[in-house]
Amino acid sequence: MAYYQNFFTQVQVRPLEPEMGVPVAVNDRVGKPFNSYLFGLIGNSQVGPIYIGYIAALSMVCGLIAFEIIGLNMWASVNWDPVQFVRQLPWLALEPPLPKYGLRILPPLNEGGWWLIAGFFLTTSILLWWIHLYRRARALKIGAHVPWAFASAIWLYLVLGFIRPIMMGSWSEAVPFGLFPHLDWTAAFSLRYGNLFYNPFHMLSITFLYGSVLLFAMHGGTILACSRYGADREIDQIVDRGTATERAALFWRWTMGFNATMESIHRWAWWFAVLTTLTGGIGILLTGTVVDNWYLWAVKHGVAPSYPQVYGPIVDPAHLSPVVRP
Amino acid sequence: MKTVLSVAGAALALFLTIAMFGGAGWTHPPMANKQTGFRGTGMDLIRTRAGNEELAEANRAPPPADPADASGDKASAVYENVQVLGDLSAEQFNRVMVSITEWVAPQQGCTYCHSTENMASDELYQKRVARRMLQMTQYVNSTWKENHVHEAGVTCYTCHRGNPVPANIWFDTPPPGASSKFIPRNNGQNRASANVGLTSLPYGVFDEYYAKKDLPDSFVRVNATTALPESKSKPIQDAERTFAIMITMSQALGVNCTFCHNTRSVAQWETSTPNRVHAWYGVKMVRELNADYMRPLTTTFPAARLGPTGDVAKISCATCHNGANKPLNGAKVIEPYPELAHPTTQVSLPVGEAKDPIPGTTTPTPKPPM
Repeated sequence: MAYYQNFFTQVQVRPLEPEMGVPVAVNDRVGKPFNSYLFGLIGNSQVGPIYIGYIAALSMVCGLIAFEIIGLNMWASVNWDPVQFVRQLPWLALEPPLPKYGLRILPPLNEGGWWLIAGFFLTTSILLWWIHLYRRARALKIGAHVPWAFASAIWLYLVLGFIRPIMMGSWSEAVPFGLFPHLDWTAAFSLRYGNLFYNPFHMLSITFLYGSVLLFAMHGGTILACSRYGADREIDQIVDRGTATERAALFWRWTMGFNATMESIHRWAWWFAVLTTLTGGIGILLTGTVVDNWYLWAVKHGVAPSYPQVYGPIVDPAHLSPVVRP
Repeated sequence: MKTVLSVAGAALALFLTIAMFGGAGWTHPPMANKQTGFRGTGMDLIRTRAGNEELAEANRAPPPADPADASGDKASAVYENVQVLGDLSAEQFNRVMVSITEWVAPQQGCTYCHSTENMASDELYQKRVARRMLQMTQYVNSTWKENHVHEAGVTCYTCHRGNPVPANIWFDTPPPGASSKFIPRNNGQNRASANVGLTSLPYGVFDEYYAKKDLPDSFVRVNATTALPESKSKPIQDAERTFAIMITMSQALGVNCTFCHNTRSVAQWETSTPNRVHAWYGVKMVRELNADYMRPLTTTFPAARLGPTGDVAKISCATCHNGANKPLNGAKVIEPYPELAHPTTQVSLPVGEAKDPIPGTTTPTPKPPM
């Protein structure tokens, strides 16, 4: 009897007849299923058939349009030079409209108009994909946990690119589409608003982000460590706990003092992941609209500690009288 | 399939490992860290001992020339057309001339500025520029002594380092070129530019920040001064610009942000270091030098010395600092040259129009910034 593992597997399970799953009412799956050695290394080796309904198809078309607009604008910004396009690709971006255009629906195309069009298609694509996910979950009569978790990420995306710019009265507040540019934008955003680390919702978001990583490692480690006792059947063990569950629980009670259960650990993980983007979105939404300088806000509310002066009084030279200045 | 994949995977891993060792720009201990603020605030200048030695070596000040006899006839009496240093004795004057040659044109020699037929002639543009540069040096060492250059002062060598054209000058950035009717637009940013530390931030900040004398302080100050929004706020684009400007300073001085700022609140002056005040005056100084000394020389230089948009070479922090937070390791370079420490003539001397440089001299044309 082969010993079945999922990662670094020695043996790949390849059914003679492709596995088609449970019968469902609407079945728009396309393609002939096949087995892939590479996919078999990291999961199930069977690829397809893929479900493509009209919503998923529309979503992919919209996504492709957005991708093309962004890519062509990047290429245009280096004057259609193919060498520079490849060389500078990580630096290139499609920037949002300039501040002078405010919330104008269509500024000149090369001064932000393309950004709005690309944003419209990307947002449409993402929202359609959410509907696709939700409908597939419902068709399989499973819970909508994955769509709702995805919705939490969409919330952060919409805050950054749509809701907050509208509240600030300018599309220029939104994020550029680009690899380095969106990272530099993030750093500039924190600098502009007096250090985002003092934003309590940023603190929460970071906590949930790092917490998600920690929980994922703890849970994955626990299940792998107890799989020889059947912990891979963790869902069964929610209601019918076996020796794997008991050993896992005891391990954490010994080392941590208490333990999650086979059921609760999945709720912990789900909520940590969902709250990362949920609280992050709230933090972004409050920045600039409700709070203009998070450091001063933190000083006002006793969050930021004060440190002893090392150098004696440092005075803003711009405030000195012009006589003193050369 | 399996074998091919294994071989390909191993080759890739090997390649990445070699690339990581060779191309990641590692620095290795021993480190030479310097705390620049209160403990726990992360204010540290982290360098290596080898890097410090290398930096000190690259910025070593040349030994001053032996002092010259102050008695004897004045230079203005011995030589014709001495407009700035005429009050020195002829011996002292020659000493400065020899030093300037070593500082600015050691390979080209006297004839880089002087006509071989008549040393007093103002024929060469280099000589007329040098005269204004002497005045600029005197201006820096007197007017900016208290707030920026202090006892160290500057000489020609501070910027020139043996090059007729200092290495760290800058020109206006031309907009992206349009080869057809199509006008490329990149918002003045998103280009791999060494000017701003290879970030995607705005790269044309030198033109905006270091050139204009009357630029208000509010130009770079993007933080609100109240916790809650009480006034019209500045767009994020302004913060990106300030970020880029700060990177130019950081690169010029070879320091990190915390050399001047407590980065938990970069805007606060109370928690900053005194270096930030020095830098504030330094920027004012640079703007005055560019506006009063460099820009008026635009038509004096031949076209080959001008930038891609026909502008004159200009100064930034890097021009003097050359990657060190104290130029020439803070050596008091002005002490042996008191004649360069104070203005000796008040008039702004005429500089005239450009003529081609003398044939046979080869000076590297500075590369325009990316």
